[in-house]
Amino acid sequence: MSQELTCITCPMGCRLVVERLPGGEGGGELSVSGNRCPRGAAYAREELLAPKRTVTATCRALASRSSGAARGMAAVRRIPCKTTAPFPKERVDELLAAIYVLEESLPVERGRVLIHDALGLGIDVVATRSLG
Amino acid sequence: MKELSFDAVVIGGGAAGMAAALELDAEGHRVAVVEREERLGGILAQCVHNGFGLIEFDEELTGPEFAERFEERMSARPISVFCGCTVLELGADDGEKVASCISAKEGALRLRSRAVVLAMGCRERNRGNIRIPGSRPAGVFTAGLAQRLVNVEGYVPGRDVVVIGSGDIGLIMARRMSWIGCKVHAVVEILPYPSGLTRNIVQCLHDFDIPLFLSHLTTDIYGGDRVRGIEVAPIENGALMMEKAFRIPCDTLLLSVGLVPENELSRNAGVAINPMTNGPWTDSTLMTSVPGVFACGNVLHVHDLVDFVVEEARRTGRFAAGWLGGARPRREARVKAGPNVRYVAPARVEAGRDNKLYLRTMIVKNDALLEVRLGGKVLLSSRKNHVQPSEMITLTLGKAELATLADLPDEAVEVSIL
Repeated sequence: MSQELTCITCPMGCRLVVERLPGGEGGGELSVSGNRCPRGAAYAREELLAPKRTVTATCRALASRSSGAARGMAAVRRIPCKTTAPFPKERVDELLAAIYVLEESLPVERGRVLIHDALGLGIDVVATRSLG
Repeated sequence: MKELSFDAVVIGGGAAGMAAALELDAEGHRVAVVEREERLGGILAQCVHNGFGLIEFDEELTGPEFAERFEERMSARPISVFCGCTVLELGADDGEKVASCISAKEGALRLRSRAVVLAMGCRERNRGNIRIPGSRPAGVFTAGLAQRLVNVEGYVPGRDVVVIGSGDIGLIMARRMSWIGCKVHAVVEILPYPSGLTRNIVQCLHDFDIPLFLSHLTTDIYGGDRVRGIEVAPIENGALMMEKAFRIPCDTLLLSVGLVPENELSRNAGVAINPMTNGPWTDSTLMTSVPGVFACGNVLHVHDLVDFVVEEARRTGRFAAGWLGGARPRREARVKAGPNVRYVAPARVEAGRDNKLYLRTMIVKNDALLEVRLGGKVLLSSRKNHVQPSEMITLTLGKAELATLADLPDEAVEVSIL
């Protein structure tokens, strides 16, 4: 079975063709073609075997008395956040659901851990801006 | 009316404005930054995705993080920052520039200075700019507006989304809308190739199985109070194939159809505008046609990376500081966009030093040749693995390459992609 994907390691955008060679338990080696440099092969392997994405999102901000809104500034409604490392792609939806139920009080400082060890995968979700 | 005096006033407190102001400050000048929003950072605040700062900080940051690191540098310096303050007019009085501003906090305010740096950024092209026929229902947003609504204001603008145009903001928003639970049904692009970066095509469309219709024109927006869908038709060999038109239902339409430098203030101040970039014409020091008025960042030409904006703005800050100290260009030559080049910024080079140039090509090509000529002689040629319109190309022309400039003072330096 072969699969096509576009390499995003650099702007060249090589069209990679990945084939799973027969043999071995749970499939054999991957054969990558179409790459113009070794990074393409490495990208294809990671993308097929263990794809990961850095997830960015926002969570709800709970206004506090000392927040900007109280001082007449526009109310802060969302706190931007991100995973501290690329996150397994197949669990991204679960992670987003966990972020969307967060209610974080203000003020918040950049880098504050909003979710520790998300889904038990050893990756944190941190605020990306100081607000409030 | 309150009036304050500075060596330089920077208009706009986004990445470009902050970088330029920090540089002017570092050169010992008294600087003010005027920002219309309540906080510094500009567009970065709503760009909560990552991919910023690989050049500047050697790590991948989100937009807010990038902005905040610059805010911290700003607050460590004695730079006067006027937030929530809008410049209404840029004029001149008694040999000085005067920025007439208004803010809720300060009321009317006049900022006098010898130099001004324009750093107002750009605006999105909207439906009117690209003339899509059809009715005028609610639910049609520019991608950047939707980005602000979702990421800053916390509103979900709709449920079933179609994106027109494949610019990076549109692609980023296709992923964002998918991640907040909307269904993105299609991205429609008039050109035969995507306008956005390849990695955004892969990570924002392929990851969510969002179809990308290249060479398709939006021929109708239909709906009553709310948009109900669009009609698109393929373009084959330059002809619009109306018999192959089809409809894509949606309740929300996002437009990602390009950005235009925001130069209303500049125009009114008499700054001459280059029609290819919609930004000011500048000399080799990024000074506009009005002496003492400089420009950098997206107000000059639309960049694709904030790291490039910051690099350019720093250079502008240094040049503005040099100008304040009496430095003037000595031996300049015009730079001309040759075959397959849309524009080169700045459009002049100085023979006596290194000149960093940004250019945009009009073609998609692997193994292209970047060539710089002067009067028929090749000054520089270099191989490019890959060029495409959405990826800005950088080029440095130094003393060595420009040594022959004196012999041909009226010739333009021509940059081409072959």
